Amino acid sequence: MTEQTTPENLGIGTDEWVAQHEKRLSRRAGLLGIVDFLNQKVSPLVRYLLLAIFAVGFGALVHNLYLLRIAANLAVFLALTLGLNVVMGFAGLLDLGFVAFFGFGAYAYALTSSAQLNQHWPTYLSVPAIVITTAFLGYLVSLPSRRLFGDYLAIVTLFFGQVFIQLIISSDSITFPGHEDSVDITGGSNGIPGLDQFKLFGYTFKTITDYYWLLLVVVALLLVAITRVDRTRVGRAWRTVREDPLASQSMGIKVNNLKMLAFIVGAAIAGLCGTIYAAIQNAVFINGFDMPLLTLIYAAVILGGSGSIPGSILGAFVMSVLPEILRVQNYSEILFLTVLILAVAALSKGWKRFGFNASLVILLGLLVKVISSALSLATTPTSTWAVGPVSKALKYWLLMPANRILWGNIAFVLLIALIANYSIAKERVKFYLLPLIAFIAIFVWEVRLVIEPNTTRQLIIGMMLVVLMIVRPQGFLGKTRVEVL
Amino acid sequence: MLEIKKLTMQFGALKSISDLDITVNKGEIVSVIGPNGAGKTTLFNVVTGIYKPTEGDVLLDGKSIAGKDPAVVNRLGIARTFQNVRLFLNMSVIENVMAATYAQTKSNIFSSALGLPASRKEEKEVRAKAEELLSFFGTRLTGYRWEQPAYSLSYANRRRLEIARALATNPKVLLLDEPAAGMNPKETQEITEVIGRLRSEKDLTILVIEHDMHVVEGISDRVIALDHGVKIAEGSFDSVATHPDVVEAYLGKGSADRK
Repeated sequence: MTEQTTPENLGIGTDEWVAQHEKRLSRRAGLLGIVDFLNQKVSPLVRYLLLAIFAVGFGALVHNLYLLRIAANLAVFLALTLGLNVVMGFAGLLDLGFVAFFGFGAYAYALTSSAQLNQHWPTYLSVPAIVITTAFLGYLVSLPSRRLFGDYLAIVTLFFGQVFIQLIISSDSITFPGHEDSVDITGGSNGIPGLDQFKLFGYTFKTITDYYWLLLVVVALLLVAITRVDRTRVGRAWRTVREDPLASQSMGIKVNNLKMLAFIVGAAIAGLCGTIYAAIQNAVFINGFDMPLLTLIYAAVILGGSGSIPGSILGAFVMSVLPEILRVQNYSEILFLTVLILAVAALSKGWKRFGFNASLVILLGLLVKVISSALSLATTPTSTWAVGPVSKALKYWLLMPANRILWGNIAFVLLIALIANYSIAKERVKFYLLPLIAFIAIFVWEVRLVIEPNTTRQLIIGMMLVVLMIVRPQGFLGKTRVEVL
Repeated sequence: MLEIKKLTMQFGALKSISDLDITVNKGEIVSVIGPNGAGKTTLFNVVTGIYKPTEGDVLLDGKSIAGKDPAVVNRLGIARTFQNVRLFLNMSVIENVMAATYAQTKSNIFSSALGLPASRKEEKEVRAKAEELLSFFGTRLTGYRWEQPAYSLSYANRRRLEIARALATNPKVLLLDEPAAGMNPKETQEITEVIGRLRSEKDLTILVIEHDMHVVEGISDRVIALDHGVKIAEGSFDSVATHPDVVEAYLGKGSADRK
């Protein structure tokens, strides 16, 4: 490591950037160093190529319908994340009505391709028409929003999102003037089932695999298009709007038009996603287009790094695959342990320290086990809890008390208290605190959390977001942003 | 070139500028001086369209621009820098300049997304133009500095970059708001020369707000002194600097008599 930059070694004509040049090139020790190395050395092209090979290979080799469905949902989610990244990441607009465009696309497809209104439009007609209509809707929403920024924009767009949901729910009995009977348009909260499948170039999409390949093409085209736009005139102008709208205007950039354009592009992408999603699901229900989805997309954009395209990919991957993995106890155990080991490795700053910490954790576990058996405390029989590969490996080491709920809760509270203290503790205290926290975390997980997978799922995602936002507020692949210097 | 006629700018009960007349001829460098709160920056904000004047008019080449949108005013040929330096901090140095060519370039979202030849060509031209503009300041903003984020620049370099960004909009009139603020004597000397070169090489008409009297003396064809939104003196640097009202405005009542 190079020494800290001080005002003294800043020569005349050099500034901070030059002075810290060496420091940027030198690698950090331990695990974080490897991450840095991969980040610098592997070129974006190679990364995208690897990703493409993986995606194509997945589609060609995997025939498990459950896995393909997850992959297709991931692709839809990824396309949505890219769309939101344009609105929020590039142009800096906090659009909380974003999922309404997705919902509009889905419902528009349902209405033009089902028995609901007895309309069966051909796909090559309905999808482009819907994308254009959604883009127009984006334009309409942007009209009252174009003078607004930040919180105010968020409130207005949130309002539009809720209006959409209410409209769909209450449009199941509409009376037109001159008619006696009410007409059911959207099916209300029952949704619209039995949609037509996509039919393109004479080929009818039958299985989820067909949609997977379609989505792969759509996502690839979107990625190329958005990356190109980001690097050129319009992308640059969007970033100036995000950075400083007043300065941007004074440089001849029509800020309001660019904001409207961001809304329109985002809406068009969301509308396209909606049509494909509706066809895959074979039905549309309004509760799929509400707050939970919005929260997930925002989490994906922020997690990956707002404004970063590779970040959006990573964020979408984490936010849509993670909940699926956490459904199964064996997977969630493996994931938890991996994350814990990685976290300890990252916080250890160096492989020696990591080895020391790891052995300390093992020692601690054995010690607790020995003491408890010396005191002959009541334990849960191993055969009832050691079921998965991880818990089987842990059975000789981990103490499993008879009253899992009580001890689990106590340890949980202790764990949170210790973690809270860790961030403000002195270096020397941290050194001993880290193995202790790691041990208690494993204990809490195995004793208490594993038996309640649904709560655990939410908890682990929430925890991950909190930790990430503290350690890396710019997201996984986002750039550090400076507000005022 | 630039005419400000009977301009009044009122914020509630506060008259920031009242009944101000200023004319700037083509190719002239005019400095505006005055104590803090005299209305200098407000004047710039009115001219560039950020504020709509309460009364009066601003003419560029005989056409009214008062109250027009800042982006429109810029496209008509007036570019500015800001007193508190408003760069796009999280963009690179060269991107800051390239972004300012927005109004003169054409490639839209479709041509960019498809990577059409016209769009690629334009991108190359914009880059070349930005590199050329940055080389205006010698080696200070060239080479490895192109890809640096703007926030990493020193204060003086930020001011230089802001001038380069303003130049990228192809202005006829340049408004500089305290270009030498926060610079050391050597840098101040350099910026004085730069302003002179802006006129001779870029064929610009320049209006400057400046507190550093060495700079004002070095660059000005004409000096205008403001106090409380009213013009109190106008003329050559020497005549304005020794004008009793100006001395009084800076040093307080009675100072001029005591001397």
